[in-house]
Amino acid sequence: MTASTTTTAPAARETSSLPEVDVSPRVSPIDGVRQSLTLAWRTVVQVRHNPWELGDFSIQPIMFVLLFTFMFGGAIAGDWQEYLTFMLPGMIVMNMLFVTLYVGQGLNTDLTKGVFDRLRSLPIARWAPLAGRILADQVKQVWSIFLVLGVGMILGFRLENGILGMLGAVGLLLTFALAFSWTSVVVGILAKDPERVQIYGMTILFPLTFVSNVFVPVETLPSWLEPIVDANPVSTIADAVRGLLLTGAETGPIIQTLIGAAVIVAIFAPLSVWAFKRKL
Amino acid sequence: MSAAPDIAIQAEGLVKRFGETTALAGVDLEIPTGTVLGVLGPNGAGKTTAVRVLSTLLRPDAGHATVGGYDVIRQAHQVRQLIGLTGQYAAVDEKLTGTENLLLIGRLLGMERAEARQRAKELLGEFDLSDAASRAAETYSGGMRRRLDLAASLVGRPRMLYLDEPTTGLDPRARKELWSVIRGLVSGGVTVLLTTQYLEEADELADEIVVIDHGRIIASGTSSELKTMTGTQTLAVQPADAAHLATVTSVVAELTSTTPEIDGMFVTASVTDPAVLPAVVRRLDDAGVVVTELTLRSSSLDEVFLSLTGSPAGDSDDATRTERIPA
Repeated sequence: MTASTTTTAPAARETSSLPEVDVSPRVSPIDGVRQSLTLAWRTVVQVRHNPWELGDFSIQPIMFVLLFTFMFGGAIAGDWQEYLTFMLPGMIVMNMLFVTLYVGQGLNTDLTKGVFDRLRSLPIARWAPLAGRILADQVKQVWSIFLVLGVGMILGFRLENGILGMLGAVGLLLTFALAFSWTSVVVGILAKDPERVQIYGMTILFPLTFVSNVFVPVETLPSWLEPIVDANPVSTIADAVRGLLLTGAETGPIIQTLIGAAVIVAIFAPLSVWAFKRKL
Repeated sequence: MSAAPDIAIQAEGLVKRFGETTALAGVDLEIPTGTVLGVLGPNGAGKTTAVRVLSTLLRPDAGHATVGGYDVIRQAHQVRQLIGLTGQYAAVDEKLTGTENLLLIGRLLGMERAEARQRAKELLGEFDLSDAASRAAETYSGGMRRRLDLAASLVGRPRMLYLDEPTTGLDPRARKELWSVIRGLVSGGVTVLLTTQYLEEADELADEIVVIDHGRIIASGTSSELKTMTGTQTLAVQPADAAHLATVTSVVAELTSTTPEIDGMFVTASVTDPAVLPAVVRRLDDAGVVVTELTLRSSSLDEVFLSLTGSPAGDSDDATRTERIPA
């Protein structure tokens, strides 16, 4: 069996009815942004077709707010109203972290279904598919932040630091969500199927959010656990959000949160590029 | 860059390894503009890897390729403006409607909203999907999804089209429908690289066929060239009475100087000399054997494939593949 590669090739067909193509050498960054927005539109349309998807990630946070407020509130803080004020900012943080899982899940679906290949074979900016995905999920972030906040306010949570503080909190949450999405990207690339993204996410995010100061004051913890909880970035961002929503902005936690976001990007953005190369 | 204008796709010495596995072990291809090249091979032969390299999704470890004169590595962006890709899986967004799927691609390609909408409508009509245009793709049948996928790869009016096993998993009717769509595209001047496990499909659509196995091209030519390549025809004899099976076998064995294969009541053997046929008739007649079938036919592509690769087409035998990969 020898490799015979040169053959009597059929002559090119002369009648080509196709017009000449105007081939451009590269994509401009503006086109890249436009393409990312188009791809983000895709995710928004998905939600419009399937509003239940919004329900999917709305029911759990609402349930959590109600459960923690009324079931544990009295036991932990002596009074559920006081507990609501303490817990809600952290609950928003926790929810934000869980919503980043959608980035990985969506990405994984695109990869396993071949949609990602289709996108990569198009003459669009290399970063547009990913940017579009992350951008679209920011819409879900905004929705879920205001959802938890809204439920809290119906129950009696007050924005003691005013609207500006609230907007600052939302801005900080979205910034951190954007950075944290990179961890989800890595999991989304490496996971075999979208269900597994959910499992990985839960395995990491549950301990990460619960071993923090979100639900209980640090003083009540065993002394060996205190430093761990204090070092948890979730505690830091919860402190920052608490300050912005209630007691007044605290520079320390805010700056630490932003540094944390930068560190996450510095680690997980290159890691996801590596994972991509491995996968493809 | 230097490729002659009448060569649409050209590849030289493409090599791609995944860890220990060599997916492409030096593949050369040349597809003249406006023709269809069928790449035929079993699962894991390297077909998809070749398509992924030529569609800029994968960098080859060695060798180079040009599409429309542009290098697939250094000028990937230009190549992407010329090609359309339909992969093994229908790469459509299941949550979006048919229209939205096509609209998305059109918008990504820089079309204005109205233009993209017009193009989507046009393609959905062409592919008989107008009725399902505003339904989510997840409600489509397998054949409809493939058609939508193919439509999606055509939004930008590509000059070169890669069809990676476009009909795998489709029922015969949907397959025939897709074939006629592909023929229509080719008559419009599109150059097509078609990979398939189905010999019939390559036979139907391709101007030229390369047979690929273990990352190497093991044969190439037109369908009839491949069929005559093994230089043989197949003689098949079926006696009316099972008692005559032994007689038939020995007569066929003697006249063809081969060991015939027996499959139920069928005795088959490779024949190089067509004069064997009347000789067999005479001998069996003399022996008083009544036959219900006696035929001499050209080898089917399946048989060609079998004789070239040593394993039936469509057989994915990963174990033997790993063994045969050169260290």
